[in-house]
Amino acid sequence: MSHSAAQVQKDVKKYLVVFVALLCLTAVTVVISYLHLPVREAIILALFVATIKGGLVAAFFMHLSTEVRSIVYLLVFTLLISLALLAWPTMCAEFPILTLY
Amino acid sequence: MAHDSHTHHEESFWRKYIFSVDHKVIGIQYGVTSLFFLLVGFCMMMMMRWQLAYPGEPMPLIGGLFSENLMPGGVMLPEFYNALGAMHGTIMIFLGVVPLGVGAFGNFVVPLQVGAPDMAFPKLNMASYWSYFAGAVIMMSSFFLPGGAAQSGWTSYPPLSVINPGQTVWLVAMVFIITSSLLGSVNTIVTAIQLRAKGLTFMRLPFMVWAQLVTAFLLVLAFPPLEAAAILQLMDRLTGTSFFMPTGLVIGGQPAPYTGGGSPILYQHLFWFLAHPEVYVLILPGFGVIAEVITNNVRKPLFSYKGIVSATVFLGVMSMVVWAHHMFMTDMGTKMTSFFLVTTMIISIPSVILLTVMVFTLWGGSIRINTPMLFALAFLPMFGIGGVTGLPLGLAPTDIPLHDTYYVIAHFHYVVAPGSIFALFAGVYYWYPKATGRAMNEFLGKLHFWPTLICMNGIFMPMFFQGLQGLNRRMYDGGVAYAHNADILYLNEVISIFAWLLGLSQIPFIINFFMSLKKGRVAQANHWESTTLEWVAASSPPIGHGNFAQAPVVYRGAYEYGAPGAKDYVPQNQA
Amino acid sequence: MDIPYTVHARPDTGLYNAKLGIWLFLASEIMLFGGLFSSYIFLRMGADVWPHGSSILNVPIATFNTVVLISSSITVVLAWAGLAMKNFNQFRKFMFLTILLGFVFLGVKAYEYNQKFHHGLYPSTSVFMGIYFTMTGLHVLHIIGGLVVNLYFLGPGSKMWKSDPDRFLNRIEVAGLYWHFVDLVWIFLFPVLYLL
Repeated sequence: MSHSAAQVQKDVKKYLVVFVALLCLTAVTVVISYLHLPVREAIILALFVATIKGGLVAAFFMHLSTEVRSIVYLLVFTLLISLALLAWPTMCAEFPILTLY
Repeated sequence: MAHDSHTHHEESFWRKYIFSVDHKVIGIQYGVTSLFFLLVGFCMMMMMRWQLAYPGEPMPLIGGLFSENLMPGGVMLPEFYNALGAMHGTIMIFLGVVPLGVGAFGNFVVPLQVGAPDMAFPKLNMASYWSYFAGAVIMMSSFFLPGGAAQSGWTSYPPLSVINPGQTVWLVAMVFIITSSLLGSVNTIVTAIQLRAKGLTFMRLPFMVWAQLVTAFLLVLAFPPLEAAAILQLMDRLTGTSFFMPTGLVIGGQPAPYTGGGSPILYQHLFWFLAHPEVYVLILPGFGVIAEVITNNVRKPLFSYKGIVSATVFLGVMSMVVWAHHMFMTDMGTKMTSFFLVTTMIISIPSVILLTVMVFTLWGGSIRINTPMLFALAFLPMFGIGGVTGLPLGLAPTDIPLHDTYYVIAHFHYVVAPGSIFALFAGVYYWYPKATGRAMNEFLGKLHFWPTLICMNGIFMPMFFQGLQGLNRRMYDGGVAYAHNADILYLNEVISIFAWLLGLSQIPFIINFFMSLKKGRVAQANHWESTTLEWVAASSPPIGHGNFAQAPVVYRGAYEYGAPGAKDYVPQNQA
Repeated sequence: MDIPYTVHARPDTGLYNAKLGIWLFLASEIMLFGGLFSSYIFLRMGADVWPHGSSILNVPIATFNTVVLISSSITVVLAWAGLAMKNFNQFRKFMFLTILLGFVFLGVKAYEYNQKFHHGLYPSTSVFMGIYFTMTGLHVLHIIGGLVVNLYFLGPGSKMWKSDPDRFLNRIEVAGLYWHFVDLVWIFLFPVLYLL
């Protein structure tokens, strides 16, 4: 990953665009919440937007889009394992997460 | 290069030996501290065994040393028995085996075996040790609390653990210990990946390093959910939340002062999500040691290096998805139970591969008997028994009568005691010459080994029969209260006698360990004629000035034994 | 004695030591907060009633805090960028802003907690309040940790810019990664606790 001053200069524009996107997505999240959608849809939408925001922070602010692949693999593996932790509450209760209420 | 400006200054005693950043010193610190705590935990067990052998009898000699609210008239109270039980488990695992296997051997051996001058983050390493030490002091201090030490099992299940004494200090101590583990594991992984010598590819690493690497990954990824559980339990205890306190709980006839809505099962899931990978943390460093000791003493490479490495990585990954086999009795439903049953059966495969590769490595080898090799050889059948007896526990239907009985205790002690601890003893005898420049005495080593092996079996084999009969674990009276135990109660005394004899059997080791520091035979740099890089370094490499005169370059795999000619081995750094 | 690859990346892995180290640490943090998120799901699914976050918690204030934290993320990246472009003053300016925004976040959180206590809402009041205080509380502890590190690098730690600029750049990158992670956690915490 190049740290040359010129490369970083170019990246700064990218960072600012991402920043604006994050602000917009935050607004979107809050606006959606005021729509008072049914719980199931609200959860899916909120998590979807949060994932995009998180993805932007990770990819650009945390340089993951240009990082060596082994780091990305480590994170994917970690996310899968943490999903195993998240999946069991739903498995335990023995009904699919989509029929919450 | 930077050394030119580095004028030789004598470091103060404190900087050199106490607050050292040298991985060898830190490794020895971990080693001595953890061996001490293994002894402490062992003594607690010896006390418990008195109560089990002779329920209600005053303990001779030392019974009077304990206060009236622990052992009135020298007779152990049930609360104190429970405290000893909970602390025996906690201390042996978190203050004993893991710091010895990971902190001591990981720190001392890994940088040497990868040809590095030290760990990747020496200061972090020092912080890890002192965090462990602080956690250990806090943990032991809990015995002096008004209510006594934690007494809800090493597993600390709520709701009992939320209302029982001693638990807050236990949880705080665990936070320090977990922090130590996390920081140490990050260090190990970065060292093994980044600081390998030139030419040392992953497939040329000694298996010891692979074992430590997988162990470190398990610690990094699996410990945090336990930290989460500890935080939630602390909140329950300190702020009155009800994360784990169910609605409608009644304590002593009174409604519990909690709003309820919590789930004890939640704790169990968070706990076992760590605690299952934890058992592989307990065994893998031992397997690493065994691989080194066996190949070295049969003068042969491992039967299948690739096999054993793949099995270990697969084991590590699988270990994250088997945890609820500790929870078969919690009414999870057939879907969940079947899932975990299947994953548990699958994970037995890599364990078998590991053991089989070690055994097959012996075939056709030129076997050399010395103390480390004796422990390594004994490890194989002992771990085999431990592993095989895990199968009925991993199969839910057979787990039903066996859960929470002495069968379980026997199973896990076989893998940890004549399993891991034997492997770690082998490691102590094996690397002692490298750490101190002197060899341990062989006669005392054998005097340590043989009685230990016999006593271990004398203690834990009868427990299988007790468990099959239905003797429950964690019972203060040893099972006297239940008629179905009548036939096997006599075994309690037998087991206890073997336990005390096991204690006596450790005396030769303790004497040997300290005596050999000054009186042991002076060791050469490559005392065992080994191929791996740590033996290239000077015998007892200097503190604080790197490990190798020049950075080693690696040309070959880790186990080139059986070479033709006068010297039957080729070191890794030989072209 | 020198530890190799502290400053320059190891050729075959493409990483310098601290970068691998911080990502491993962040992986463990994912598991920590993941464990708490799992607990949230488990408890909520087992509950007969569960309040809608906005009925108890202050959404506008938390939205403000979200903007604060996201802003601190861009400032910390610009601080690092300043160093990469050899502009020490830019680093100082943006690191100062990052720290300031961090303190603003803490201040707002303190106000929020105070408001809750004022209305008799404590961790023990309900499972919802319990998980709210615990998760945001742990997050706050992480912010404080980050502030301590960032203050050190703005202050006494910045001397390394003179003696070993490449190594200092690495340290700021690593500190920044940690700070972004703390922001990331909030990006999920905010909707889950306040909006659902």
